[in-house]
Amino acid sequence: MEPQLSWYLALSAILFTIGVTGVIIKRNVIAMFMCIELMLNAVNLTFVAFASFFQDVTGQLFVFIVMTVAAAEAAVGLGIIITIFRNRESLDVDEASILKL
Amino acid sequence: MENNLLSLIIFAPLAGAAVNWLIGRRVRDERFIGAVACGSVAISALVAFYLAFKSGGALRSETPVLDHIWTWLQVGAFRADFALAMDRLSGTYALFITFVGFLIHLFAVGYMHGEAGFYRFFAFLNLFMFSMLTLVLGDNFILMFVGWEGVGLCSYLLIGYYFDKKEAGDAAKKAFITNRIGDWGFVLGIMLTFFVTGSVSFFANPAAGEVTHTALSFFKNAQVEPFTAGAILAGGATSIAVLLFIGAAGKSAQIPLYVWLPDAMAGPTPVSALIHAATMVTAGVYMIVRCSEIFGHAPTAMFIVAIIGAATALFAATIGLAQNDIKKVLAYSTISQLGYMFLACGVGAFVAAIFHVITHAFFKALLFLGSGSVIHGMHHEQDMRRMGGLRKYMPITFATMITGWLAISGVPIFAGFFSKDEILWRTWSAPAFSLPSTGFSKLLWAIGALTALLTAVYMTRMMVMTFWGEERFRESHESKHPEPDHHGPVEPHESPWVMTLPLIVLAVLSTVGGFIGVPYALSSVFADRDVNVIEHTLEPVVATVPPGTHGESLVDQHPELAFEPTHVAHSREEISAERLLAGISVLIGLAGIGLGWVIFQKRPLLAMPRVLENKYYVDEIYDAALIRPIEGGSREGLWKILDIGVIDGFLHGIGEVVTEAGRLARYLQAGFVRAYAAIILVGALILIGLFAWKGFPSP
Repeated sequence: MEPQLSWYLALSAILFTIGVTGVIIKRNVIAMFMCIELMLNAVNLTFVAFASFFQDVTGQLFVFIVMTVAAAEAAVGLGIIITIFRNRESLDVDEASILKL
Repeated sequence: MENNLLSLIIFAPLAGAAVNWLIGRRVRDERFIGAVACGSVAISALVAFYLAFKSGGALRSETPVLDHIWTWLQVGAFRADFALAMDRLSGTYALFITFVGFLIHLFAVGYMHGEAGFYRFFAFLNLFMFSMLTLVLGDNFILMFVGWEGVGLCSYLLIGYYFDKKEAGDAAKKAFITNRIGDWGFVLGIMLTFFVTGSVSFFANPAAGEVTHTALSFFKNAQVEPFTAGAILAGGATSIAVLLFIGAAGKSAQIPLYVWLPDAMAGPTPVSALIHAATMVTAGVYMIVRCSEIFGHAPTAMFIVAIIGAATALFAATIGLAQNDIKKVLAYSTISQLGYMFLACGVGAFVAAIFHVITHAFFKALLFLGSGSVIHGMHHEQDMRRMGGLRKYMPITFATMITGWLAISGVPIFAGFFSKDEILWRTWSAPAFSLPSTGFSKLLWAIGALTALLTAVYMTRMMVMTFWGEERFRESHESKHPEPDHHGPVEPHESPWVMTLPLIVLAVLSTVGGFIGVPYALSSVFADRDVNVIEHTLEPVVATVPPGTHGESLVDQHPELAFEPTHVAHSREEISAERLLAGISVLIGLAGIGLGWVIFQKRPLLAMPRVLENKYYVDEIYDAALIRPIEGGSREGLWKILDIGVIDGFLHGIGEVVTEAGRLARYLQAGFVRAYAAIILVGALILIGLFAWKGFPSP
């Protein structure tokens, strides 16, 4: 059988859900970030799948942009985490709760 | 006809109450308070006598004296005004209420000397006079009910006068609550009366724009209801009468609502004399006689009244035989005598009932005040087992109580003989209108005669234990029941003039008061004139019971008699029968006195059967069968489940919902990053869901 579009979309959805669950459940900041990357990659898979099946190159363009943003965001995010870690000696996201309004 | 002086009768005591409450409390001078209290009642009495006996006055004319004070309730067809009406019936009542009331007020000035709450007592006593006079002078059911509730309130306030004693507070609550049960019936009766007749008034006063047809006139030409049990629920005159009687049974202490009256003796003795002997308890009788037109058309109801009256009379007399507290004997005696009055109403002898109300007011007030004098002289000792031989120390009290004793025992010429004998004669000769058979009237007579015998016996016992024999109060107290409020042996003394003067006046009235009602059968022995003053005075205002059998109206048989009051016939056989019965009554009275003397003179402390002393355990039965279940149901069911569970639970639930919502909303601002992530997820899902449902916007 040829791989169907829906399979790719389903896989992407599953990956995305796993990522979302991980973001909410995980207490370790690094793990949260990895899950965020997983979410972004799941979306990338969706775009590529659509681009391939509809023979439209726009999807692949989007992937470029998403990858760029992901890289930039990972760099800045890791920088923040390291700063917080230096201050608090802990990677537990629950403890970083002093930003209350 | 209108006379604005009538309102002075009720407003003078009300003003006295207000003055004593507001000013008497500051001034705290017993002479001032006593003068205001007695003076206001004296004003009422003078006005009542004036309005009754002046030419065209209430007792001399057929039309009532009216006073329309203000228009009170007027809703569609329903109209009840604050208006007074003094006709022959309410005039008679007003006369003895104010006069005996005045004497009791005077007595109380002496009895309550030294009390801290002197002003409070007289304020409430005057308030009571206001309520009682409103009750009898009101021209419609609603105003009568206002007075009815007012006397109940004052009874509660005065029974509970010694508020630091738990038994007084309990007795006051018991009186009020038991009364309320009767009031349920009374109010339903008033409602049904309005529903059936379209009016709640007793008198028509077209001049003042009031209703022109009254509740009573509706029944004048109505059909007499059948003598069946079904008539009780039929919604006509019988239903109304039964409901009204429930109210009367509560106020006038008949079976099954009599239990409050003996406990009410916890109040000061003048209260017992005024409220629970002479006036308030006779309000039920007044109400029935006022509505005699309704009762006269409801033979089933009259039967119930007669039975309960006779049963109560006998029942209470047996209990009175075994009581050791002097006031409790008199309390049960009052219940028993009230039974006589209801028996009279039940057989259609309304005038005889009122006659007994009047003579009973005289001799019962005398007996109560006399016992108050004894209690006062014995430094508040009430147990007759610790009295004895007091006739040497309290001669005036002794002499006056003798007249009361002879009067209640039915010894001629004293007042009680004429009224009790009239009731017994009318019971014996009662027509089969309200009874299953004429034989039944003989049974009722027998119950009444037995009660009369017992009355004489227990009253003799009371007198012997108190005034004759050895002086048991001299024995040392520590050997018997040590009383905390006695200091050493009591030395009895006679009471001051403010207390003995009313006793003397009442003694005179108990002696000669019966002469207003000498029946023709007896007066004809001396002269062929009918001098039955009370019969002539009251006859026009009470209904006459047809002598036919169950529901057959004499009017149907003899239409020419339709407008003739059928009074007791003066035929040969009737007169000799009446004289014979009168002779039997005298013998019963004397036999009772003799029996009591013989038994108790030698052994005053003879113990009576336990079951009688414990009042047939009725209070305990009520407690177990009614009060405990209601209390339990209230506490477990209504309080714990409904009040705390449902109502409080609902309120607490609202609070908890708010708290929970707050607790959840807190996550918006708790700095909790994972919560923020979750909220973003939830928001995104909601948006997608919305779009999925509503449809994506087309490009």
